Amino acid sequence: MSTQYLRVDPRLERGDDVYEALVEMHRDLDEEQSRLANARLILLLSNHIGDADVLDEAMRIARRGVTE
Amino acid sequence: MPKSHQCPVFDYRRSPDQDAGQPVRHPVVVVGAGPVGLSAAIDLARRGIPVVLLDAENGVSDGSRAICFAKRTLEVFDRIGGGQRMVEKGITWKHGRVFFGDHEVYHFDLLPEEGHRRPAFINLQQYYVEEYLIERLDALADADLRWCNEVVELAERDDGVVLGVQTPEGRYELVADYLVVADGARSPLRKLLGLQSKGQVFQDRFLIADVVMDADFPTERWFWFDPPFHPGQSVLLHRQADNVFRIDFQLGWEADPDVERQPERVIPRIRAMLGEGVDFDLDWVSIYTFQCRRMEHFRTSARVFFAGDAAHQVSPFGARGANSGVQDVDNLVWKIERVLAGRGGDALLDSYDSERVAAADENILNSTRSTDFITPKSPVSRAFRDATLMLAEEFPFARKLVNSGRLSLPAVHADSPLNTPDSADFEGRMVPGAPCLDAPVRVDGNEDWLLACLGDVFTLMVFADTRQGCPAGVVDAVERVRAHERDLRVLVVADGPVAGTPADAVIVEDPQGLAAQRYDARPGTVYLIRPDQHVVARWREVDAALINQAIDRACALAA
Ligand SMILES: Cc1cc2nc3c(=O)[nH]c(=O)nc-3n(C[C@H](O)[C@H](O)[C@H](O)COP(=O)(O)OP(=O)(O)OC[C@H]3O[C@@H](n4cnc5c(N)ncnc54)[C@H](O)[C@@H]3O)c2cc1C
Repeated sequence: MSTQYLRVDPRLERGDDVYEALVEMHRDLDEEQSRLANARLILLLSNHIGDADVLDEAMRIARRGVTE
Repeated sequence: MPKSHQCPVFDYRRSPDQDAGQPVRHPVVVVGAGPVGLSAAIDLARRGIPVVLLDAENGVSDGSRAICFAKRTLEVFDRIGGGQRMVEKGITWKHGRVFFGDHEVYHFDLLPEEGHRRPAFINLQQYYVEEYLIERLDALADADLRWCNEVVELAERDDGVVLGVQTPEGRYELVADYLVVADGARSPLRKLLGLQSKGQVFQDRFLIADVVMDADFPTERWFWFDPPFHPGQSVLLHRQADNVFRIDFQLGWEADPDVERQPERVIPRIRAMLGEGVDFDLDWVSIYTFQCRRMEHFRTSARVFFAGDAAHQVSPFGARGANSGVQDVDNLVWKIERVLAGRGGDALLDSYDSERVAAADENILNSTRSTDFITPKSPVSRAFRDATLMLAEEFPFARKLVNSGRLSLPAVHADSPLNTPDSADFEGRMVPGAPCLDAPVRVDGNEDWLLACLGDVFTLMVFADTRQGCPAGVVDAVERVRAHERDLRVLVVADGPVAGTPADAVIVEDPQGLAAQRYDARPGTVYLIRPDQHVVARWREVDAALINQAIDRACALAA
C-alpha cells in the first residue's frame, strides 16, 4: 500500500536492535504499566515527529488493521 | 535410522597405537566425528598434518538434525573438498515465505545478487554431509579416523594432553600436542575438564518430523505464525534431498514429549497441515528443547580448543549450529598449522578464541532474538510480534522486522588483533576481518570463481588493468614478500590479460568487473588474504615492507 505522508520503507539500519529494545522496555512491567509505557512512548514520538499529517495517517492505518 | 536413506556403518579397526606399549604422540588429535570434527580433520590432513580423529560411535548422525548449510560453509567445503557433491545432492533454495494466520504475509529472496558460485543455502540432511566428509577424509593419507574410540580420560601435562581411549578391545592412551574437542553439545570432554557451557534454555518444545512425500511444494522455506492447522504456534517447512520434507511444529512448554512423539499424534498434525489426499511417510520424529549457551573460552588451555556444539549451542532458527561449527575449525586449523611449523606466535591461537567467541555471541544474539519473536515471552511481546506481522503484509519496513530466523551469515572479525587497520579510503564490505566475497572470473581462458583461486595459504591479490599492465613495483615487491613468506600465493586480477606480472602469479580475469567492484579496487589496490579466506589487510598500492608487517601481525609474530 502506498501512503501519502508516512514513510513505510525500511529506515532502521539495525531493526532487530530496535525491536529488541521495544520489547525490553516492557521487561518486568505488569499489563497496566505496559499500556502506560506504550502510551508515553507514542506521545514522545508524536511530539518528536511533529507533523499532524503523518500522525493522522499512521493512526488511521493502525486502527484499520485491528478493526477489520 | 531414517527409512529414506541407508546410512553407512563403519568398522572398528585396531590401531597400532594400541600395541605400542606406551602412549604414542600425535601433533593433533580431534575428538568427535560430527560435521565439525570431520571438517577439522580434513583441513589438517590436507595441510599435511597427521591427524587422529576419534569417535565414540561408528556411524553418521541419524535422524533429524542439520539440514540448512549456508553459503560460507559450502565455500569452506569447496576449499577443503566436497562442496560440489553436497550442492549436487542438496536442494538449492533462496526464497522463503512467511504466513500469518491463513494467508501469506510476504516472501523474500536471500541472495538477490548474481555472480556467486554458491547459493545462499542448500538443504541437505546432516547424515549426507557427514558421509561425504568421511569419504573425503578417507582419501587423505595423513588422516586416521578411529571409530568406537571413546575418550574417557583426559590429563593435561606441560608437554602434551594425554587421552584415555576406550575401545571394544580395551583401553589405550594417546598424547596430543594439540587437542581439538568437537564432541557435541553434551561434550563429555568439557565435563572431564570440569568446564561449563552457560546460557539459556528456551521454555518451549518443538516436534521435528521428517516426512517423505511426492508433493510439489516449491523449494522454499515456509514459515507459519499461528496457522489454522496449528493455532497459536508456529510451523516451519523445508524441503531436503530424496523428497524428504522437514516440518517443525512448535508445541509449547506444556507439551508432553513422550506423548507427542507417538505417530498417532504426529500423523494427524501433518495431515491437518498438508490436507487430505496428500500421501506421506513418516521418516523420523523427535522432540527438542533448544538452548543458547557457550563456554567462556574456546581455547581452554595452552593445547586444548573447543569447537562446534561442544563450545556453543544455538536454537536452530537461523541454521547457525553446524554452520558456525564448520567456520570455527576453518578459523582454527591454519593457525595450528602455523604454530606447529614455528611460523606463528602462540597468540595466534588466542585469536581463535577471541574471533570465534565473538562469532558465537553474534549467533547467540540472532538466534535468541528469533526465538523470542517466534515464542513471545509476554503478552506485550506477543502484541508487538502480531502487530509486526500484520503490518508486514502491506509495509516493507515491517517485513524487515519479522524474525523467523536470521539465517546464518559468516562473522566479520572486524576487531581481530590479526587485522592491519586501513590506512587508505575504501568503500564496501571487504573490510579487514571480512570473509572474502566470491566473483565470477576467468583463468587460462576457463570460467572459474575468485574464491577457488584464493587457495588456503596467505594470498596477495593485486588489482591491475590491461592497458597499464601490472602496476610498477609489483614484481619487485612480490619477490621481497616471498623472501619473507615462502608459500605466498599471488593473484593478479584484471579486466583482461596483463603484462609484467610476477612469476608464478595466477592471472585472474574479471570480465564483468565484479571482483573489482566487490573489493572496491582500482589498479594498484592490494589485498592480503588469510589462509581461511578472510581479508586481513589492504592498501591502495603495493609496499613490500607493509605487507610483510601485516603478515607477521596476522601470524602473531613480533615485528
Ligand atoms: C532439529 C535440529 C535442526 C538443526 N538444523 C540445523 C541447520 O539447519 N543448520 C545447522 O547448521 N545446524 C543445525 N542444527 C545443529 C547441528 O546439528 C549441530 O550444530 C551439529 O551437529 C554440531 O556438530 P558437531 O560436530 O559440533 O557435534 P555433533 O554432530 O554432535 O558430533 C559430536 C560427535 O562427537 C562424538 N563424541 C561424543 N563424545 C565423545 C567421546 N567421549 N569420545 C569420542 N567421540 C565422542 C559423537 O559420537 C559425535 O559423533 C540442528 C540441530 C537440531 C537438533
